[in-house]
Amino acid sequence: MSNMLEVADLGHTYGDYEAIGGLTFTVRAGELVCVVGPSGCGKSTLLRTISGLVAPSRGDVSLNGSHLAVVFQDYSRSLFPWLSVQGNVEFPLQSLPRAERRARAAEALEWVGLGAAARKRPAQLSGGMQQRVAIARALAYRPALLLMDEPFASVDAQTRFELEDLLLRVRREHDTTVLVVTHDIDESVYLGDRILVLSGSPARLVADLEVPLPAERNQVTTRTDDAFVALRSKVARLLNVGGKPAMDVDKWAAAERESLSETVSS
Amino acid sequence: MTKFFQRWTVFAGLVAVWQLLGWLADDPFFPPPSEILSAAWEWWVLEPQNFTEHVMPSIGRLLLGWAIASVIGVALGLLLGRSDRAMEYAGPLLVFLRSIPPPALVPVFLLLFKAGTSMQLATIVFGVIWPVLLNSVDGARSVDVTKVDTSAVFRIPRWQWVLGVVLPAASPKIFAGLRVSLSLSLVLMVISELVGTDNGIGSQLMQAQREFDYTRMWAGIVLLGVLGYGLNTALLAVERRALAWQPRSRDEQHA
Repeated sequence: MSNMLEVADLGHTYGDYEAIGGLTFTVRAGELVCVVGPSGCGKSTLLRTISGLVAPSRGDVSLNGSHLAVVFQDYSRSLFPWLSVQGNVEFPLQSLPRAERRARAAEALEWVGLGAAARKRPAQLSGGMQQRVAIARALAYRPALLLMDEPFASVDAQTRFELEDLLLRVRREHDTTVLVVTHDIDESVYLGDRILVLSGSPARLVADLEVPLPAERNQVTTRTDDAFVALRSKVARLLNVGGKPAMDVDKWAAAERESLSETVSS
Repeated sequence: MTKFFQRWTVFAGLVAVWQLLGWLADDPFFPPPSEILSAAWEWWVLEPQNFTEHVMPSIGRLLLGWAIASVIGVALGLLLGRSDRAMEYAGPLLVFLRSIPPPALVPVFLLLFKAGTSMQLATIVFGVIWPVLLNSVDGARSVDVTKVDTSAVFRIPRWQWVLGVVLPAASPKIFAGLRVSLSLSLVLMVISELVGTDNGIGSQLMQAQREFDYTRMWAGIVLLGVLGYGLNTALLAVERRALAWQPRSRDEQHA
């Protein structure tokens, strides 16, 4: 399998503050890789350097393709309120002829199940639907790499599960290469083919873990699978070992159980 | 319908009181509304050339001056608003120029352009450009970081960045500026016609005053009020359509 993204000794400092301290990893074509690390560990800086929004202080980012797309956490700011849903999805496609633009946007909206909402405005949609519009916009752009910055951190737990499954389905159907940056350990295990565990600032690679789960995943059975539980604990331990304790693992596990049982009962 | 009554009851009541007081006082300086209306009728409807030769050119200059100021103001404002460095250089100059009362410049423009349309347009343009310009700067600065990032990631062309992101993001503020400018245009239109011309609503107003024709003077004032109200209402209608995407537009506030 060819590499879609190659990151070599990537480092970034803001003045005296070292945000990323030399990261080297690759993302293979068609793979979904999750980057997980404690809050404030430089994940956003990593995403900004990979996407080209910030020029890194050192190191190389090379993308096997001409362009990438980003899905940001804050969908309400990332979407353009003056454009319709359709207009938002067409936003990055202005260089294409009108008819093709239309067709691509309509297609991408079908993929995320929003074909009927094309003429609405983002503000008329729920948060989860707005994030689906942002995903459709990114897919319509046909990026070599889809970058996602905490994509489901601003929606409720139920919607979050739906969006996770939507992402898994869409990327399987369209063979999209995805890099998801998240602080949520469960999410990284549930979504990823591979997990890159980062340490606290400056961000360094602590582990590069394959996820030993089948491609088909299920919010209830996968999350109770022994392999899932084992990997989740491993990542949690790594995050604590990698630097200062980043999060209260027990509290987080309790919250996660709660949201899971909510989903099951509804 | 009830809303319509609510909106106009106080207005109609005041006119009625004025009418009553006008009759009772019988003062040549303060004629009752009925006389003012009949004077307006005689002046502009029975002699339509008064309307076409004075009122229409005034409105034309007002709209043209406002339009020129708006185009320059928005274009320059968006440019300055997206460049911190440009604003650092130009900021103090803008604040200084804005502080000059435009009527004080009428003599300067008279020297520069002679009396006539260009001098009047210059007065209006210079006077009303500031609210549009400064609001456009403000609006252009208000594009949030996520939209800037989104635009950068998708590598959209320059024209799309300016017309498709910065302009719409700034449009609520721009419209606020346009409204202030429009009512200012009316003021400056009148001022620019007070000297060196015998054409336009302003000059006719002065003439009526000089000839002690106070009924006509009042008719001119009423006409200016109606004009200002009409223009503002029209602009609000345009604004409401243009900013329909805003979650809650100011529908009620200005009704």
